[in-house]
Amino acid sequence: MTDRSSVDIRNATIGFGAVKVLERLNLDIAQSEFLVLLGPSGCGKSTLLNAIAGLIDVTDGEIWIGGRNVTWEEPKDRGIAMVFQSYALYPRMSVRQNMSFGLKVAGTPQAEIDARVNEAAQMLKLTDLLDRKPAALSGGQRQRVAIGRALVRKVGVYLFDEPLSNLDAQLRAELRVEIKRLHARLGATMIYVTHDQIEALTLADRIAVMQGGVIQQLDSPQKIYREPLNRFVASFVGSPAMNFITGAIEPGAAGPVFVAGDLRAPLAGYRFRAAAPAGPAVLGIRPEHVLTGTGAGPGAVAATVEMVEPMGADTLVWCRLGSGLAFSLRAEAGFALKPGDGLPVSFPAEAVSLFDTGPGDRL
Amino acid sequence: MFGTTAAGVDLAQLKAAGPQGARPRRMTPARWGVYVFLILTALFFLAPLYVMIVTSLKPMEEIRQGNIIALPMALTFDAWAKAWSSACTGLNCNGIRVGFFNSVKILIPSVGVSILIGSLTGYALSFWRVRGANVLFAAMMIVAFIPYQIFIYPLVRVFSFLGMGQSLGTIVVVHTIFGLPTMTLLFRNYFASLPLELFKAARVDGAGFFQIYWSIMMPMSIPMIVVAVILQVTGIWNDFILGLVFAGRDNLPMTVQLNNIVNSTQGERAYNVDMAATMLTALVPLVVYFGSGRWFVRGIAAGAVKG
Repeated sequence: MTDRSSVDIRNATIGFGAVKVLERLNLDIAQSEFLVLLGPSGCGKSTLLNAIAGLIDVTDGEIWIGGRNVTWEEPKDRGIAMVFQSYALYPRMSVRQNMSFGLKVAGTPQAEIDARVNEAAQMLKLTDLLDRKPAALSGGQRQRVAIGRALVRKVGVYLFDEPLSNLDAQLRAELRVEIKRLHARLGATMIYVTHDQIEALTLADRIAVMQGGVIQQLDSPQKIYREPLNRFVASFVGSPAMNFITGAIEPGAAGPVFVAGDLRAPLAGYRFRAAAPAGPAVLGIRPEHVLTGTGAGPGAVAATVEMVEPMGADTLVWCRLGSGLAFSLRAEAGFALKPGDGLPVSFPAEAVSLFDTGPGDRL
Repeated sequence: MFGTTAAGVDLAQLKAAGPQGARPRRMTPARWGVYVFLILTALFFLAPLYVMIVTSLKPMEEIRQGNIIALPMALTFDAWAKAWSSACTGLNCNGIRVGFFNSVKILIPSVGVSILIGSLTGYALSFWRVRGANVLFAAMMIVAFIPYQIFIYPLVRVFSFLGMGQSLGTIVVVHTIFGLPTMTLLFRNYFASLPLELFKAARVDGAGFFQIYWSIMMPMSIPMIVVAVILQVTGIWNDFILGLVFAGRDNLPMTVQLNNIVNSTQGERAYNVDMAATMLTALVPLVVYFGSGRWFVRGIAAGAVKG
């Protein structure tokens, strides 16, 4: 595959009247990359995807696909295919007709259409359903047909607009794996919009976390999860959510220390982005990074268990420090303590994130 | 544990004491009142129809006796035959069938063309960002509520200026124009209820303006098309004034013909023939309503449920 599948968004501005949804946004997506646009509803991620597809015009800037400036081109000429949240299957057409409609419109020879439809149907286990109408399919099957309709176009770039949001949890997990497998098999570029951070973490090569029309962080899932660039990213990604503790950084004998009430967490192992600033700060720590019991070490602080939520594979424990600070931690499935019991905990410097108290940028 | 409670009380006794199981349906006085009212209303509206049918089946001697409610003593279909094929409109005595076929000739192209153009306009207005679409739509809405009699004289002048006299083509154009606001409104609202993603998917698939309209939107619009056909068939079939003004002497629709038959009688009024002719004229809309009532309701409700 030549370079027909890189996507480059340059200074894109999209506005509806006076409202600017995106302003001077830049995003460079490499060939064969799986990029996830992640953000809450209204953050502009779907708008951006529609602009890449050519379904919404940019008011300024350029969109390049496969090294070609497609800013003014029709969706069909951009070398993209798209899968929608509501499946958007043509209700009066059979599965086969749904999948071959685009090829028919493009004047592809019938033999070629049949070959491509059969291939896609096989890939998605739809062969037995080809003559059914969408109404006679389950939600998961419908979305597979929608994916099949995109696949037969054999393009370099596949766009997914929250494709799994209408499915129940189990199907979502199943289809997620299927999409990931497809990506590995096709080697095509995929741009995937979702508000579900699990989907983003599991599928993406890179995640672009968006809020208010601005990309907050563009990084690998691991980086996004471990080193969020600001408090928004930190709180949006991860479930159960990251704990935030407001306190202050104070210089100490063995490096800076984070102090909040009776909590004194040494920050010796923390990689500050600039010189360690003293003063008010917010410490963020994911529930699974909180050390407990004997693992908590000598610098541990006493916490009280408030509530225990067994989740099967592990247990979420809600605790409170002596100073009243509440946080959650993840313990193993056999966690035996009950509400009211005491528990020593510590927050290891390598695992925490520190943010300033103003805009919430990472320190 | 079954059969008795802990205190040893028999469950059958409990059942007799308190509400349990299906709620009993009772006929309350209010309910009786509603039924009586409904039955009386139905009779009130059915009475004229009954009188028409009964009268049309009586010979004139019976009608002269004045018992309009009475069933016919000597049942006869002569009046219907006469109304259909030999009743006189002025000098012509070919019955109302001439008008029937004229009406059919007017009806079919008018219904077809007005629905086609109306649905196309509605489609364009709801899916494509046409410049000034809202202004156009508002104008159509306003025009739809202006009594069309106001437009007749200006239209006559316009057509005569364009060199279009009274003809079949003219009346079809007129019906299409007057049907357009309603048809556009109907289809625009229906299309507005369809998911926009369907349209987007078709665009990504490379379908153009007419391909999306014809291959995707029209097949989905069958309930709406049925509604549109019903509205247009009854509207155009029942039209009198437009047909009289624009159709021309040779194409006068059935309603005009009926009026001529009823009003041009000399001597004794043939009530039975008049009634039969009226029934014949009303037959087409009646058949359409009865035949498609279920579809009509379904189409009206179609916007509310997922396609």
